[in-house]
Amino acid sequence: MDKDVFSLCFMCSVRCPIKVGVKDGHVNWIQGNPHVAGIDGRLCPRGSAGKSLLYDDQRLQSPLIRVGDRGSGNWRKASWEEALDYVGTRLKEIKNTHGGHAIALGERAQLATHVSKTFLKALGSPNHFTHDALCKGSMNTACRSMFGYTDGQMGINYANTKHIVLYGRNIFESINVKEVNTLMDALEKGAKLTYIDPRVNVTASKAHRYWMIRPGTDLALNYGLIHVILKERLYDAEFVEKWVHGLTDLRDFIKEYTPEWAETETGIPAGEIKALAREISREKPAVIFHYGYRCASHQNEIYMRRSILMLNALMGSVEAKGGIFFKKGPGAEGGKPARKLTEQEFPKIEVPRFDKVGTPDFPLPDPAHGVAQILPYAILNEDPYPIKALINYRLDPLMSIADTSGTKKALDKLDLIVTIDINYSDIAWYSDVILPESTYLERTDCVQQMNGLKPMMFLREKAVEPRYDTVEGAIILKRLGERLGIGAYFPYETMDELVDWQLEGTGFTREDFAQKGFVSYGKSPIFWDRNDIPFKTPSKKIEFRSSLLEDAGFPSFPSYEPPAATPEKKFRLVVGRTGLHTHISTQNVPYLNELMKENLLWINKEKAADLGITDGATVEVASACGKGWIKAFVTDLIHPEAVFMVHGFGHEAKLAKRSYNQGCSDALLQENLYDKVGGSPAYHDTFVTVTPV
Amino acid sequence: MSQYYLFQDSKKCIGCHACEIQCKTNKDLPEGPKPCQIIQVGPKFINNLPKMSFIFMPCFHCENPWCVSACPTGAMQQRASDGIVFVQKDLCVGCKTCVSACPWGAPQWNPDTGKVEKCDYCKDRVDQGLEPACVTTCTTGCLKFGKVEEMTQIRRQRHAESVASLENSSF
Repeated sequence: MDKDVFSLCFMCSVRCPIKVGVKDGHVNWIQGNPHVAGIDGRLCPRGSAGKSLLYDDQRLQSPLIRVGDRGSGNWRKASWEEALDYVGTRLKEIKNTHGGHAIALGERAQLATHVSKTFLKALGSPNHFTHDALCKGSMNTACRSMFGYTDGQMGINYANTKHIVLYGRNIFESINVKEVNTLMDALEKGAKLTYIDPRVNVTASKAHRYWMIRPGTDLALNYGLIHVILKERLYDAEFVEKWVHGLTDLRDFIKEYTPEWAETETGIPAGEIKALAREISREKPAVIFHYGYRCASHQNEIYMRRSILMLNALMGSVEAKGGIFFKKGPGAEGGKPARKLTEQEFPKIEVPRFDKVGTPDFPLPDPAHGVAQILPYAILNEDPYPIKALINYRLDPLMSIADTSGTKKALDKLDLIVTIDINYSDIAWYSDVILPESTYLERTDCVQQMNGLKPMMFLREKAVEPRYDTVEGAIILKRLGERLGIGAYFPYETMDELVDWQLEGTGFTREDFAQKGFVSYGKSPIFWDRNDIPFKTPSKKIEFRSSLLEDAGFPSFPSYEPPAATPEKKFRLVVGRTGLHTHISTQNVPYLNELMKENLLWINKEKAADLGITDGATVEVASACGKGWIKAFVTDLIHPEAVFMVHGFGHEAKLAKRSYNQGCSDALLQENLYDKVGGSPAYHDTFVTVTPV
Repeated sequence: MSQYYLFQDSKKCIGCHACEIQCKTNKDLPEGPKPCQIIQVGPKFINNLPKMSFIFMPCFHCENPWCVSACPTGAMQQRASDGIVFVQKDLCVGCKTCVSACPWGAPQWNPDTGKVEKCDYCKDRVDQGLEPACVTTCTTGCLKFGKVEEMTQIRRQRHAESVASLENSSF
């Protein structure tokens, strides 16, 4: 029987709405949901490879229990009963001996995150963490310090912008379909694009202005821009007067950071910095200084992100058409959001988190996400207490946290490592038990609350039955919970029952999603009155001078410290993404692997010539914590102080045969350094040598 | 010449290869054959700005197709109704003559079947009133399918707007 199913993609974390064609129980077509504006049937390369993932026989097919050494790849197949009993028994022992807090669970946040948070809360553990801090923890903190909202509560109105500035935000290669299309439409209507990055990429090739900035100096550039904007009074005086707290402090602070000074740091001519400030101010407030997505490059990341937000505030482009805005939830339309299991009452937890977030040691990062890169330190040093078990849910600490060798050392101290995944990720390979999850095409999932200018809800609907012996994550955790005496926190037997429970009280039912795949709370986009913006900071203003920072003992305006000088014969390792792969998770998908099997090391032509490196030659890249081999891409399209590689290659899981040992893993080379104020890793603060082999 | 034209609005193309993947998905092809392909040229600096070109290469569905003339078994055919050039799989013996004959590299080798694959504008979809797979889901909508005379309009419109740029011209 043929049918069309509206659902949500999950080849990356964006979750674009899709329409899946099913024939005789098989997926035979996937396209973007034609009813969603900005999607209009479109789908990116990863989404287009959904069928290639579904019908790949190299993905996980049944629960597995390790029989040899960790990482040796010796497994025995187990039934679900056996695998869950095995994990349940061990978790119970650990909980009884060391307390619930000895169990940690890390995940890449997703629709069932409220289920895994419930699982840990019910066990009495505060140690749920997500991948978010690894991606953008400092940006989250920066946004809260400035507006009182998290980055997740903010959006960007590309459609109406007249000039957008991107700092390494490679929109046309990270590919969020709606974002790409709304920005493309704005460009078509005449919007200007300024792109800043030490390396050229597709987004740079679409820009009206491209600056090959010296790596690590974006903050200096922004200080130069702010200097010009204040000195020449290019800012939106009315907006700034009404809403900015701390303009005088900024004015005093910025005096010494002239565009001429910025030129010496960044390599960008002062005249060009002035020209951008003047040009963009003419279009205010319909301008965007993009605050970034993956914002985890340097140890002073939070101040770089704050400087971007200040530029937006100075342009008045906050809660403005063509600028940045705050997302509206169902409440704005008098509606109610879908329920979450976390609304239940849980036993009180007295111990701090493993990462000490929320304590005076690490006060500012968002406890809703925690700080993942602290995990290896917490385990190794048993600080603040011993962690004994780790559940990895779609998150691979080995390839996502810097310094893989250090992370392995920490994992070796654990009594139990369990992974819930769809593929042989490297962490699955290093686990004691693998619990395979059904793919997004084979499962119904929890409700997606989509806040924005128009609050909506979306659903991921099962398109086909699971091909293998796999189960939905929310059911895996429920069944595990039953074995640990916390089954009552999971009041459902099936995903359908869980979705119905979530929708209770929203005024919508499952049937309302059938026609288009989503429901809307209202009809028109909502912008708040710019004279009445409900900022959630203590001053109710945009805090250039931040009480969040200063109350925690950090300055609002620390003196600029230049990035560490690049040592002789070394390079700053810079990493990024490609449109063909998602982080570490798609390298083994047949169609995506066919188009990109390995990553390359971008190296500047003149530097390569000095080192005797030719294009296509294999080189050894080495840092203080690891080394790897990779082919060189010799080019004049990268700054001489930097080398670049795409993140997520160099897999160690042998049964993911296409991606095994292809390319080089960036995490193997990166040192586990981080922003001690904002919380994100400093992935670009590692220096490497490059040697021909 | 086929009455259809597949236009690539290169200004909007981001070289993401979704077209290639959607094509292979729709035809259930193994690793190897690519009935359509994006070839990247560049990036290189032009007037201090980095530029890249993404050249979209499907089959051009020629009026007098070299591949059809060359095929010894009659597997390679041109539809009389609309000029679409396609392979009748059960007649293909895998001799590769079409591969040699085509100046554009359009016929592709399928190692699993030992036969040729090629772009047929997804004629099964076209016959149902749909567009080819690559066009239907193109990430930026830069691929457009239709009658030739409609397709040239986009370029003319854009050219007109650029010569009449109101900022720096007397228009």
